[in-house]
Amino acid sequence: MHLDFGAVLTPQYAHWILWGAATSAALFLSSWVLAFASAAVLVAIGSAPFRGARWAVAGFVAYHRNIPMLVQIFVWYFAVPQLLPEPLTRWVNSHNSEFIFAMIALFLNAAAYMSEDMRSGLRALPPAQMEAGRALGLSYLQTMRDVLLPQAVRAALPALVNQSLSLFKATSLAMAVGVAEMTYTSRQVENETYRTFETFAIASLFYVTLSFAIMALGAWADRRNLRAAGH
Amino acid sequence: MQDILDILRDYGLLLAVGQFPDGPIGGLALTLILAVTGLTVSFPLSVLIGVGRTSHHPAIAWTCTAFVTLVRALPLLMLIFWAYFVVPLIIGRTVSALTTVICALVVYETAYLAEVVRAAILALPKGQTEASRSLGLSASQTLRDVILPQALFNAIPSILNQFISLVKNTSVAYIISVSELTYSAYQINAQLMTKPLQVYLILAAIYFIICFSLSRLVRLVEKRIDASRKAPVAAGSAA
Repeated sequence: MHLDFGAVLTPQYAHWILWGAATSAALFLSSWVLAFASAAVLVAIGSAPFRGARWAVAGFVAYHRNIPMLVQIFVWYFAVPQLLPEPLTRWVNSHNSEFIFAMIALFLNAAAYMSEDMRSGLRALPPAQMEAGRALGLSYLQTMRDVLLPQAVRAALPALVNQSLSLFKATSLAMAVGVAEMTYTSRQVENETYRTFETFAIASLFYVTLSFAIMALGAWADRRNLRAAGH
Repeated sequence: MQDILDILRDYGLLLAVGQFPDGPIGGLALTLILAVTGLTVSFPLSVLIGVGRTSHHPAIAWTCTAFVTLVRALPLLMLIFWAYFVVPLIIGRTVSALTTVICALVVYETAYLAEVVRAAILALPKGQTEASRSLGLSASQTLRDVILPQALFNAIPSILNQFISLVKNTSVAYIISVSELTYSAYQINAQLMTKPLQVYLILAAIYFIICFSLSRLVRLVEKRIDASRKAPVAAGSAA
């Protein structure tokens, strides 16, 4: 097999690949931030002493855990616009609707999984912490935000890193609705150049490098955590 | 609601079994076939790799760890594209999209299942190996007759959870036009044009029913296993 990376890295194709890389990164970072924040909100709601709130969160989590990510993207991209008011649909369509809907589907799914991880982190804490916070005059939300959640996140860190890795890999599914992220653009380059090995090698290198970076970040945070805990 | 019932009446059979028996099998039946085949083929491989990761030979342990780490770092979609390219090179002829997807799913699942097997082996108390070796069993006998039977039994819930995620992962076969459940729904949506909400709600509901009931089943199995591990071992029964 004769390899020729030059045929794939001409200025035009290199530009496509870089564009794909940037889109993948943007999709991952924006959905990660939204997912993390929503997961914290979901945990706070789900731990509130109201049965209705708990059930709503449990239903949200069950929906996102039992349906394939790809189908969730389709639901947002194909089905939900039918329910949205006309002006909103028009606005989304003129602002890269593929990216927006894929991002919403990705972040909601990751939020469901992350909230489960944070919840088990929360369960590992002694219940007296909530009582102590309340006794000191903090409200339920303040105790949650300033006392319990930071500890729960720290306890759930390894699981949250795994979730982040899944989220990063799931961004590749956005190609199914035409988001020009890495998988999509590399397939385009492959279609034009017929250089299958070279193109997929570059795309795979991108995914492996960033995945390893996420894993390494997780390992580093874990070590720091253990040191902080005095082990 | 009426729309949903109409779609189910007109296209229910297509969603369930595809063109079968007049054409190739598809729909939900193909989704389940993909998932069961994927688990059946990847299970023995994952036991090999999972055991390999706990091996004392550095070369074996390193190779297995590298395989698992690399596969976990790649999206499933990327593996499917690689399989499209690599499998024909290995066997010397072109293969169908279905075979391609099965190969990619097997590689992906093997890496994740190997982690399950490894975790189950490491979770057993060290005394098990020591006791078995001091009774005169060889290292391979210890693994085969003492460690693996217990580890794999304890891992049953995790293996079933992995099967659920496999059922969901088969939907990615849509990308290369394998007519499983997601692709069938996509085709129905393309024919109807005006009913995406109804079609995709049906699709989501089918996956939900399957995966949710499976996850309930896993919880039941988990309870049974926990109970059997806590129960005192009856005289003469294998541990």
